[in-house]
Amino acid sequence: MNPTVLLSVLLATPDSGSQGFDLGKMMAIIIASIFVNNFVLARFLGICPFLGVSKQLDSAIGMGAAVIFVMTLATLGSWVAYNLLLVPMGLTYLSTIAFILIIASLVQLVEMILQKFSPALYSALGIFLPLITTNCAILGVAVLNIDEKYSLGYSLINAIAAGIGFTLALILMAGLRQRLEMADVPPAMKGKPVAFLVAGIMSIAFLGFAGLGG
Amino acid sequence: MTLIKDLTKGIYRENPVFRLVLGMCPFLAVTTSVENALGMGAAATFVLICSNFLVSLFRNIIPSKVRIPCYIVIIATFVTLVDMVMNAYLPDLHRSLGIFIPLIVVNCIILGRAEGFANRHPVLNSVADAVGMGIGFTLAMVILASFRELLGNGTLLNINILGSAYQNQPLLIAILAPGAFILLSFILGFFNILEKRKGGRQ
Repeated sequence: MNPTVLLSVLLATPDSGSQGFDLGKMMAIIIASIFVNNFVLARFLGICPFLGVSKQLDSAIGMGAAVIFVMTLATLGSWVAYNLLLVPMGLTYLSTIAFILIIASLVQLVEMILQKFSPALYSALGIFLPLITTNCAILGVAVLNIDEKYSLGYSLINAIAAGIGFTLALILMAGLRQRLEMADVPPAMKGKPVAFLVAGIMSIAFLGFAGLGG
Repeated sequence: MTLIKDLTKGIYRENPVFRLVLGMCPFLAVTTSVENALGMGAAATFVLICSNFLVSLFRNIIPSKVRIPCYIVIIATFVTLVDMVMNAYLPDLHRSLGIFIPLIVVNCIILGRAEGFANRHPVLNSVADAVGMGIGFTLAMVILASFRELLGNGTLLNINILGSAYQNQPLLIAILAPGAFILLSFILGFFNILEKRKGGRQ
């Protein structure tokens, strides 16, 4: 099949049935998910790994890569399950249960496949994978895509962009926290409190993106 | 006696938010108003009590190898229940809590209590623990939400406190995303000082 035709089929919205692929809408989704509605700093999704894994730059990059990977797969799985299984059968109220099961089994599957076929990648991402099941950013992006009635193509783009936004916040935070180690922080604010303060200041910076891309 | 201890420890000594720093995502996201905080607290407490009850009841039946998926299914069932009931009877609250209702499933407090307490304690103690943790979580959210609503909007529970002059130029940032991070950081710092004072006295 012609790649452009394939792309337009993938990007068609399921409800309106409109065909064709809208570059403007795609860019708007990407900019909104990375900057304007940054998952960590504006939507408050995935705060636990954001604080837990941001002490070292290396582990932040590993976690970010694992999240982008699982987020994309989870979006694919949940979109297919919702639109091809739950909607035709009238079981949409089961979506929360279905999504969390898909994510949990997907994470398990990815872990086993990586262990078998790519030990190098497994040793890099392995320790982060079990944590991802309870990362609310993954379930969050799956639910958001359904709420926004995105087509499969837009859903996948949104998932990748959301993962990049998460990774960006995580890496920035890790860089800042490595510097904070050497800073003279008041004893009562050491550790978590100062991390939240830094996150707040970063969040102010991300407010500056408001209005960009609609 | 241990029952009372299980009940009260969640409120201050092992407060899930301020002491254990769990359940941060809904905590930061829904504390824009006291009303939302109370709604979220009630929903999470209900799910917590039900899941702790069932997990504790079935703790000898569930094989330990598949316990996490079992817990997740139990929790997700009750979350779906809350979602549907709230959508039917409190549609406004349902709309303002948005995706954070389905996200109760991945709230680390609930899975944490199932894994860390309910699966090796009797039913009654587990329910007491859930009630305590639920109250602790709700209380923590109400504290942060009070600051945010008061500073950002001049109101508490939609009642005007600081007057219309303040409302014309409120500290808007408190209600925006950065306000949640910054205020929480000061509250955690305050609790650290409190804890240090207590340690010094003993």
